[in-house]
Amino acid sequence: MSEPHISRRALIRTTALGLAGAAFTAGGLGRAFAAGDLTVGVVYVGARDDFGWNQAHAVAIKALKDVPGVKVVEEENVPETDAVSKSMESMVNLDGAGLILATSFGYYTPFVVDLARKYPDVEFRHAAPLWNKDKDPKNAGSYFGYLNQAHYVNGVAAGLSTKSNKLGFVAAKPIASVLSNINSFLLGARSVNPKATVQVIFTGDWSLPVREAEAANALVDAGADVITCHVDGPKVVIETAEKRGAKSCGHNASQAPLAPKGFVTGAEYKWETIYKGYAADIAAGKTPPNFIAGGYEVDFVRNTPFGAGATPEARKAALAAIEGLKAGKPIYVGPLRDNKGKVAIDKTYGNLDPFLDRMDYLLEGVVGSTT
Amino acid sequence: MSDAPATPSAASDLIRPVAPEAARSAWALRLRANSEYVAIPLIAIAVAAALFALFLLAIGKSPADFVSYVWRGGFGTAFSFQNTLQRSSPLILTALAVAIPARIGLIMIGGEGALVLGGFAAAALAIPMIGVLPPLLALTVMAAFAMLVGGFWVGLAGFLRTARGVNETISSLLLTYIGIAIMNFFVEGALRDLSNPNKPSTKPLGDAYMVGKIPGTDVHWGFAAGVLLCVLLYLLLERTTFGFAARVTGGNYRAALAQGLPVGKLIVACSGLAGACAGLAGFFEVAAIQGRANASLAAGYGFTGILVSFLARHNPLVIPPVAILFGGIVASGGLIQRRMGLPDATVQVLEGLIFVVILTSETLYGRFSIFKPPAGRDRT
Amino acid sequence: MNDAVLTVLIAMLGGAIRVSTPFMFVALGECLTEKSGRVNLGLEGTLVLGAMVAYAASYHTGSPWLGVLAAGVAGAALGAMHGAICGLPKVNDVAVGIAMMLFGVGIAFFFGKPYIQPTAPRLDSISLGFWSDSPSLKSALEVNPLFFVGVVIAVALAWALRNTRWGLVVRTVGDSAPAARAMGLSVNLVRFLTTSVGGFLAGAGGAFLSLSYPGSWNQGLSSGQGLMAVALVIFARWSPVRCVYAALLFGAAGALGPSLQSIGITQGYYFFNAAPYILTLVIMIATSSATHSARDMPGELTMAK
Repeated sequence: MSEPHISRRALIRTTALGLAGAAFTAGGLGRAFAAGDLTVGVVYVGARDDFGWNQAHAVAIKALKDVPGVKVVEEENVPETDAVSKSMESMVNLDGAGLILATSFGYYTPFVVDLARKYPDVEFRHAAPLWNKDKDPKNAGSYFGYLNQAHYVNGVAAGLSTKSNKLGFVAAKPIASVLSNINSFLLGARSVNPKATVQVIFTGDWSLPVREAEAANALVDAGADVITCHVDGPKVVIETAEKRGAKSCGHNASQAPLAPKGFVTGAEYKWETIYKGYAADIAAGKTPPNFIAGGYEVDFVRNTPFGAGATPEARKAALAAIEGLKAGKPIYVGPLRDNKGKVAIDKTYGNLDPFLDRMDYLLEGVVGSTT
Repeated sequence: MSDAPATPSAASDLIRPVAPEAARSAWALRLRANSEYVAIPLIAIAVAAALFALFLLAIGKSPADFVSYVWRGGFGTAFSFQNTLQRSSPLILTALAVAIPARIGLIMIGGEGALVLGGFAAAALAIPMIGVLPPLLALTVMAAFAMLVGGFWVGLAGFLRTARGVNETISSLLLTYIGIAIMNFFVEGALRDLSNPNKPSTKPLGDAYMVGKIPGTDVHWGFAAGVLLCVLLYLLLERTTFGFAARVTGGNYRAALAQGLPVGKLIVACSGLAGACAGLAGFFEVAAIQGRANASLAAGYGFTGILVSFLARHNPLVIPPVAILFGGIVASGGLIQRRMGLPDATVQVLEGLIFVVILTSETLYGRFSIFKPPAGRDRT
Repeated sequence: MNDAVLTVLIAMLGGAIRVSTPFMFVALGECLTEKSGRVNLGLEGTLVLGAMVAYAASYHTGSPWLGVLAAGVAGAALGAMHGAICGLPKVNDVAVGIAMMLFGVGIAFFFGKPYIQPTAPRLDSISLGFWSDSPSLKSALEVNPLFFVGVVIAVALAWALRNTRWGLVVRTVGDSAPAARAMGLSVNLVRFLTTSVGGFLAGAGGAFLSLSYPGSWNQGLSSGQGLMAVALVIFARWSPVRCVYAALLFGAAGALGPSLQSIGITQGYYFFNAAPYILTLVIMIATSSATHSARDMPGELTMAK
């Protein structure tokens, strides 16, 4: 471990993955699965084929379907209301599900937590780093890929592919994971190009294609020549950037074919690493770990192969950045100020430090506001 | 009711009790006429089911499986039926938000905005009360405030209608979008609880300040409140001078004006009541389900309520069964996705078909002599 | 700062041209339908179905214009369904419209799944900004032919409604069904035809969404634009030409939120994004009057009764 600050998260990760995968399963309190008779229920917040967040999960879930004796039942377009609570409960009651995978941020409190309390024999896993060892039920848990590492690599490549030194970011909502991607993108760009700035536009919701296109156009009009985004389906943003002659960096899945001229690289989850791990646990009759999260160092994220928009220097620097991240080189080297002038990050933090999960600011160099 | 003399004195005639003998024969007539209101929707649902079965066969799925999953997922088990009831609760309240203005001749589609703002207002007001006031008192104040804010928001559309002649359908829709923007602005800004970094929300109410379930069930009190409000509002609309005056206004605006009815005040009052119902739905979303206000309040219940109200012909007593039918279809949608591998839009196709056919069946009323009273008296 | 103001103005000009077209088509279709005395609230469903069908047809045939045509036909089919059902006595057109919205969206999502990912040929735009050096102005003046088609339809519709026998028939049916019957007109047939044509236009408007701007098919594509366009008809007081103005205004206001953020005015973006709705409401309050509210409203409309 080369982090200057070894965090709880880093320790968990080391135990969870370093020591045979399932070491951190709440002291063995979780029910062990009998191999061969498990139904896994998966809930998605949008369409499974949305070319973004949900599709990334749905494609990776196939790893579980391949385990003999495991049946996967899936439900899509489940909103973050009591509908998700009822959907999960229905999977437990009517399908006999023994493991529930809830794939949207807003599912966790109160729905996953309450249901885990109500059904202590069922395992719940949620795709965000929210599970708290001390407060939350032992049959609940979290898994998460730190995509901000891949956005950092995007930033490195973008910082060396821009001519105007202005980068554009179309974002849905100012939540911590989005802010972390924006800030990491900026720090990546600044690590190779100190003059780079990132202009952010918030659309206000996860899927608003017309406003996303307007935002991409507005960014290009304002002089940005590399555009990236964090919305549910990045297709519109990437295509609009390409149409306007700007370069682009992807998000969630590979958008390389959409921008043959300007695509640089993209940040992608590698959920299959996590789901394959779950599948191995289940096949071995073990409960999946309560908490696994990580980035490049554990192969949970990746970058899309470079497109025509990436300059040779950009490719070289981005590959070097990936090697650095794999070795645990920190992104947030403090102290760092936010864009209102206040010190937001007092010292250097490890890439998985929980401090960074609570991010509610944009760093100096980002033009934009969280409200 | 158009044949009733439209005077305030006639209103008091209507609420005077009728003689027992007349009541009995009137009851027999009403039973005969009302059986039409059961038979025709049932026929319509059967036709819609047949059409949908053809659709399923065309895409190579089994209609029999489908029916059994709808039954099992929506009604057949104790869990499923309670799931259905719970899902119907916000729809009952948002349907009332359409039905009451409809009685006075307004098409209000602003229930979604009133729900969102009502729920948000309740959650915001709760912040200083938590730990200070006892839960029951705090929840009562929150519910009242949610109704007030919701009532104000739709009442505003009613006011604009009477004061400025602004079309209420479009203004209530615009106010919905604006209301959602206001909620988002505060939830992601001044009132954001930073301990919840990945879903911008107000501060949680905490378990002690949550509305519980109806004893012996898994359904929260919002369902009971909705049914109770349906009965109360039915009585208000059908058995009081206020309701009569509202219906007269809805039947013929100019006649109502000529009768000297306070048309403007009636419109604002009906709109306000409507918004209060939707605001209460927002309160229950916050206090019985989410435990906090956030963007998930805008889940489309307000829009679904429009359809529920139209299907119930804006009759508050018919709203609960229609809402339950709707809740049942939605509740079983998950099982259908999981077991039959059909996309979630299947349920939307089915809902659309059922509603189109039921609405088409409106044309059948009065066509079957079996339902007609012997003397051929016109019921309407 | 002048540069910044210019940026916003150019963005709003571009937004007006880019975003307004689907609003324009739906509003024109609804305007025609309402002129004949019927309301079709289901055009949101028609718009979404049109978008899906256009994308699918363009993908399979390789011709985006065939996509537009297919979208129009699909929209006309939904419109005909609405028109036929509402021709039956005692059926409420507003309610059927809401049900048709659900049905149309449902069908579009159900059959649209396989087309989310593929890339279909889009409609080409006409570059009207060749005279300018500014890339942003050039881009703002990339105008899709459908925009001009919409404007031409609006003018033609306004002229035809006023000056042709056919227009007189539609207006008579819309203002007084008894009078139309006395003239020997078939009220139902006229309304069936106007609703079908209205559906065709709304479907074609959907084609613009998926084939031009934003130019791809997915389930979040419309997010209420069809509903809002129906509302714009009331705002435009049943005049086809005013429908075009309303759509342009709405499109320009929609560009305000993103463009203000792009020049660094970022506080309160939720309200900038809600600008089209706020602006529409303010203009309605300012221009309406309690005494003349139904000035231009066709007398047979459900909401006029």
